[in-house]
Amino acid sequence: MVLTTQKESKAIALNGDEAVALAAKQCDVDVVAAYPITPQTIIVERFSEYVHNGEVDTEFICTESEHSALTCCLAAAAVGARTFTATASAGLALMHEILYVTSGCRAPVVMAVANRALSAPINIHCDHSDSMVERDSGWIQIYVENSQEAYDSIIQAFRIAEHQEISLPTMVGLDGFFLSHTLENVSVLPDETVRKFVGQRQIPLVKNHEGKLVPYKLDPENPITIGPLDLHDYYFEHKRQQEEAMRKASEIIRKIHDEYANISGRRYGNGRVDSYRLEDAELATICLGSTAGTVKTVVDQLRAKGVKAGLLRIRTFRPLPVQDILEALQNVKAVAVMDRSCSFGGYGGPVFHEIRHVLYDSGTHPHVVNYIYGLGGRDMSQLLVQEIYRDLARILETGKIDKSIQFIGLRE
Amino acid sequence: MILEWKFTAKEIAEKPELFMSGHRACAGCAPATVHRLILKAVRGPTIATNSTGCMEVTSTIYPFTAWKIPWIHTAFENVAANASGIEAALKILKRKGKLKHEHVDVIALAGDGGTFDIGIQALSGAVERGHDFLYVLYDNEAYMNTGIQRSGGTPFGAWTTTSPAGKKIPGKPQLKKPIADIMVAHEMPYVATASPAYWIDLLKKARKGLEVEGPAFLHVIAPCPRGWRSDPSKSIEISRLAVETCVFPLWEAIDGEYNLSAPSKVIALRPERKKAMEEYLKTQGRFRHLFTPEFKHIIGKIQEVVDRRWQKLLKKCGMA
Repeated sequence: MVLTTQKESKAIALNGDEAVALAAKQCDVDVVAAYPITPQTIIVERFSEYVHNGEVDTEFICTESEHSALTCCLAAAAVGARTFTATASAGLALMHEILYVTSGCRAPVVMAVANRALSAPINIHCDHSDSMVERDSGWIQIYVENSQEAYDSIIQAFRIAEHQEISLPTMVGLDGFFLSHTLENVSVLPDETVRKFVGQRQIPLVKNHEGKLVPYKLDPENPITIGPLDLHDYYFEHKRQQEEAMRKASEIIRKIHDEYANISGRRYGNGRVDSYRLEDAELATICLGSTAGTVKTVVDQLRAKGVKAGLLRIRTFRPLPVQDILEALQNVKAVAVMDRSCSFGGYGGPVFHEIRHVLYDSGTHPHVVNYIYGLGGRDMSQLLVQEIYRDLARILETGKIDKSIQFIGLRE
Repeated sequence: MILEWKFTAKEIAEKPELFMSGHRACAGCAPATVHRLILKAVRGPTIATNSTGCMEVTSTIYPFTAWKIPWIHTAFENVAANASGIEAALKILKRKGKLKHEHVDVIALAGDGGTFDIGIQALSGAVERGHDFLYVLYDNEAYMNTGIQRSGGTPFGAWTTTSPAGKKIPGKPQLKKPIADIMVAHEMPYVATASPAYWIDLLKKARKGLEVEGPAFLHVIAPCPRGWRSDPSKSIEISRLAVETCVFPLWEAIDGEYNLSAPSKVIALRPERKKAMEEYLKTQGRFRHLFTPEFKHIIGKIQEVVDRRWQKLLKKCGMA
């Protein structure tokens, strides 16, 4: 791969949704099926413009629901098409059933999720409740920090999803409004560079009923049955294969991220986790998405004061980068896990569950606390992040945790 | 334009079976017969998709399949969206020169639950968007796969496990939803009803549905001996009685123009040939409670509904 020079790339002012639409266009998607929902709508609007102006050769299906949108993508993918959709919040919840069907059918659909709170009460602003619900749905999950990363991640997502050893659907989460509607300078690769990077969709081979290897698609020349009734004698093995594909995905995600760094010059950690000033850190926060930008600013402020603060941003929440997390946190003494969603009645938020669980095997056993923040788009300010680091410093000093799980930035 | 498809019974018999024996459908299952017939009408490379239901379950128990053509099932309420996605993919892959075939037909098959009730949204959307596919509704008038629960397609007065023949409420209190008329109201190019008893008519209609450009909807009556509490050897006979009593008349609507098909036209021209509903009802245990003195009057009501709907249809066909 040839490194794209500064000259070839151009910086355009785009919001997150526009960056996603542009990336999908450059990836020469065959079928896009989508339904409008705030704050994802700009993606479908921009893409419609591309289609109506003849800037992209794509079948664009304006479905009557998100349930049908994902179904269309799944079925089109089964025919061999490259497919894309986008949704948010209630739309993702309506897709829930088909999310599992898509991963179970091993259909490499790529989806952007403009992360938004779930009703009720109805709220159009950002939190991660919508995609966290789907963490067990068999989809690869990437959470991005800014619009540039949204653009880059959509391009990588097609390579990841369609990789023959993975063949799993992939969702890219971008924070609603904070990213979806905020203008940024996004460095855009030339169309040909992107097309060359994603290439043509490859179809894995599977054994048909006669033991012959045939492409895994609905092909009249090699008819196969997709989505059959699968009972106690085989279902379990098929689910095990999905888990296996997820495990393999971890390394492939890193490789594709490296390959992309070669053409774009941009990296997000190792593609799975993105560490910030963590090498010698004693206090660390962990978060997903756009909040990382605010946290980095605070980390810099604290570092200037001599506080050994750092940040670990999880980029791929599925597959969970267990080894990366263990390595990144091996010298850290106190960790604050930030969750932008709530597991009602559970013991902390979903990211906290995972991180504390991983650290149980670490041997070093740092203090780990949880902060639920920013539900329904509540701003996560620098002041609040500073408060978290102050708490961590106190925990480190006293060795005592007053409250393992706290809500931050709200009236209590 | 719809071309008239000429064929002989011999030609049909010689056509390869694409829906194979060995599936696990019950004895006397008319939906299985309907599937076999529909696949006899294909004109070339075809992809089929089923909604969740008896026919999906009985024809694809992994690692076996009854399907000799590419086939996909995803969920219950979305078979029309499956067809939409398949059709869109075929279109774009052809445009991009990535499809080996000149044309591939798409058939979506679903039962009454997957069509009248949970699947109507996806169906309505797909038809509004004008995807080119044939939708086959095999109507056995209840949720048979889950054990005979009433659906929007269950007729008035019928017993099901969720519309039991109780002392107070004898069977389903509501009428069957006029689904095919609802589809005609979508201004789609082709809508027809069919019965496996008139199999040549069914085959012709299926072929027309495939040949027409845009969406086509074929509503097929398909008795379920388990659910209808009927003799498994009588499924075809009952499918014929459904037409002869006018509870399930056969017609086509091409671009919204209704026309009676021959078996029903004969009755329209010679009304004395119209059989009484009682003859149809007595073949099925699901209506047994209506033959008690207490509920006998309901048969009269059923006859009224059938007559009213038949008259309405005759008007639409310009035969009233």
